[in-house]
Amino acid sequence: MSSIVLPGEYVPAQHVNLKLGPGLLQLTTPHASAAGLGSQPVVSIRAGALNHSANKSRWWVEGNSRRYVPAPQESVIGTVTGRSGEGWRVDIGSAHPASLDGLAFEGATKRNKPNLKVGSLLYARVSLAHKDMEPELECFDAQTHKAEGFGELKDGFVTQCSLQMSRLLLDSKHFLLPLLGSRFPLEAAVGMNGRIWVSTKEMKQTIAVVRCIEAVDPYGGGMDEAGVKKLLCRLES
Amino acid sequence: MRPPSPSIPEKEFTYEALKHSLRLDGRDQLELRTPTITFGPDLGWVECSFGRTRVIAQVEAKMVKPPPERPFEGMITIHSEISPMASVDYELGRPSEEEVTITRMLDKVLKRSDAVDKESLCILAGQRVWHLRLTVHFLADGGNMLDCACLAGMVAFKHFRRPEVEVIGDEVIVHSPDERAPLPLAIHHTPFCITFAFFPDPATRPVVDPSLLEQRLSAGLLSIALNAQREICVLQKAGGVPTAPDELLRLLTVAVNLARDLDKLVEARLREDWAGRKVEVR
Repeated sequence: MSSIVLPGEYVPAQHVNLKLGPGLLQLTTPHASAAGLGSQPVVSIRAGALNHSANKSRWWVEGNSRRYVPAPQESVIGTVTGRSGEGWRVDIGSAHPASLDGLAFEGATKRNKPNLKVGSLLYARVSLAHKDMEPELECFDAQTHKAEGFGELKDGFVTQCSLQMSRLLLDSKHFLLPLLGSRFPLEAAVGMNGRIWVSTKEMKQTIAVVRCIEAVDPYGGGMDEAGVKKLLCRLES
Repeated sequence: MRPPSPSIPEKEFTYEALKHSLRLDGRDQLELRTPTITFGPDLGWVECSFGRTRVIAQVEAKMVKPPPERPFEGMITIHSEISPMASVDYELGRPSEEEVTITRMLDKVLKRSDAVDKESLCILAGQRVWHLRLTVHFLADGGNMLDCACLAGMVAFKHFRRPEVEVIGDEVIVHSPDERAPLPLAIHHTPFCITFAFFPDPATRPVVDPSLLEQRLSAGLLSIALNAQREICVLQKAGGVPTAPDELLRLLTVAVNLARDLDKLVEARLREDWAGRKVEVR
């Protein structure tokens, strides 16, 4: 069962092996108001529904917002906004632009770097997200040096949605992408920063995908599966 | 911070789709997003939205001494500032180019078009006049905030009621709304603003009511303010796209029809709201 928390509320998260997810912060020097909550109480820093795993070791806050705050290991979609030294500056929708090293690509060497232009679209992973530093991106797996699907996105179209919608689309049990995939072949990349890249053969199909995502988005319409089927039928006619 | 320009795939796809007369929200080239108008509990409080774009307009009135050069006219001031609430691209205190355009257009469309009769706002010549203050808040930017703000502002003026005043000699008596019914403003006509976006490729036909992406990718904007009686108040063309006179006339005809539709919608919504406010006294 989940409960609603607001930023600044103390959360009764206590476990020997406590793991905190997004929206929670453990205070090392608690305020006087936190008396009786242990030496290092947990406070929420986001509004949303408080969830925890069955054995109460993992806790996280699930809410909806439109502003992306980078977190390490999340895959995002960004636009190149300029060059800086050896790398690029990338806009990922966060408060500060992210930096991407020129060598953080599969097979990149000092001589052989990918040719990215200003305005190019990238699918990348956040490798460093420290609150006092600019976020850093990488386009490969740091262990294996393989691309793993990251890299430049060509053609297609990018649509924006709320952050909750992008998390929903990453859920393999969510109906939307399988439903669309059963109608026509499509390629999609979901960024945790609320950007979704889609590519289909026909322009109309891409528009249909974009409109379906917009309709299902809990921030906009929150349409269910039956509604999307009806919408698709209307779009096809 | 200047908003980052759309990425190459977005740009290419949008241009290509528009070339085939397809718009991303499934609209026709010359179709408006259906405006929603919501009235608040107070008279003169209106929220207006075009798709994702949302604007609130509010009218307040107070009595002031008129400036000596215009002793018989009331005053109207418009306050509009785009805050970072609308979109992360806007900053407080540093007006962007778009904000300057919107402020100037609001001034032209709502004030200088003489939509509201200023002389009827005079209470006692040279002594007391009404000062109307229109505040426009931009809540969300989904493209074409100008049209939305103009519509919200105009509807707010039409929705507003000022308290009735009585002048006996040099005395001004203000009747509270409980005592005597407040009076509507004297409105000469209702101008609506309609914006078209032009694209760099001359083969692409212009679109009406551009969305945020279309607005960013457009090469120029044409804003026409006109009323349902086919009277043009303002015509502003920003950007340097060459346009043939025939094309301009065609767009004007389109704008006239759209303004008529808007006028019908606004009148219907105002009537609906007014009917819901009546309290029968027995």
